[in-house]
Amino acid sequence: MKVIVFVTPKKNVLDPQGAAVGHALTSLGFKNLKDVRIGKTIEIEVDGETGPDFSASMDKFCHELLSNPVIEDYRWELAE
Amino acid sequence: MKVAVIQFPGSNCDQDVYHSFARGIGVPTEMIWHKDEQLGEVDLVVIPGGFSYGDYLRCGAIARFSPIMKAVGEYADRGGLILGICNGFQILCEAGLLPGALIRNNCLEYRCMTPHLLIQDSTDTFNRNKIGQIIRLPIGHGEGNYRIDDEGLDRLERNEQILLRYCDEQGNLTEEANPNGSVNNIAGIRNERGNIFGMMPHPDRAFERFHPSMDGLPVMKAVLATKETVTVPI
Repeated sequence: MKVIVFVTPKKNVLDPQGAAVGHALTSLGFKNLKDVRIGKTIEIEVDGETGPDFSASMDKFCHELLSNPVIEDYRWELAE
Repeated sequence: MKVAVIQFPGSNCDQDVYHSFARGIGVPTEMIWHKDEQLGEVDLVVIPGGFSYGDYLRCGAIARFSPIMKAVGEYADRGGLILGICNGFQILCEAGLLPGALIRNNCLEYRCMTPHLLIQDSTDTFNRNKIGQIIRLPIGHGEGNYRIDDEGLDRLERNEQILLRYCDEQGNLTEEANPNGSVNNIAGIRNERGNIFGMMPHPDRAFERFHPSMDGLPVMKAVLATKETVTVPI
């Protein structure tokens, strides 16, 4: 089992990297571009139970380490 | 009076901080390895600049889990004085000891320069005799863009927690004088209680005659002279 965590800059937080990549995409011919946000994905391989306790732990890990709640949002999902 | 400098893997201003306090000011200073669990009897803990843990995940995100940080947290709770410089500021924010966060510079460049800084009105605990003074301190960072939500920013301003702001030669807080896009030109802050300081500029690189300025000395002395005054949040 694999957990995939997606971390993205919060909507109201400036994303300088996203803005720069947005400019590059525009110069490459991306016509209807509105906004670019750059985040990261974190893949974690796990063994065993992924029940409710696991969910609560994952939220804690995401909140306290994998994302910084001041500037980032996260979501995670299980994948085979 | 004793100063402790915390060394993490990837700290690279630890020696600068050591020399600035030990030689520049002349106070007993010791290094503490991040795996130690005790601070001992100290009067100021300095978390130096650098790239702790290679800036992996986010700047300062991993360092806050080092064994010594538990002792640093307890020391902070007791009102102990802490100064975080550059990566040290990032670590203090990640550890929740200071509000806000530092993200990529808005120019996307690593900024290495000696900007002008306006000493702000954080009068209770920091440099109270030199309000409005303009100094110059070196910066060297790619992630110094200070961010905080509107409510948090409002609290910082109301409680006079801002220590330093980027300014031009005349002390104007212009966009051009802001090297990284920080909100309200913020270069350094303190916590509400007034015992924890964080700043992106390096006082530790501004105390010798061959440095770009010697303005680091009064800043470090101001931190050392701080008497804890518990600020009542407005």
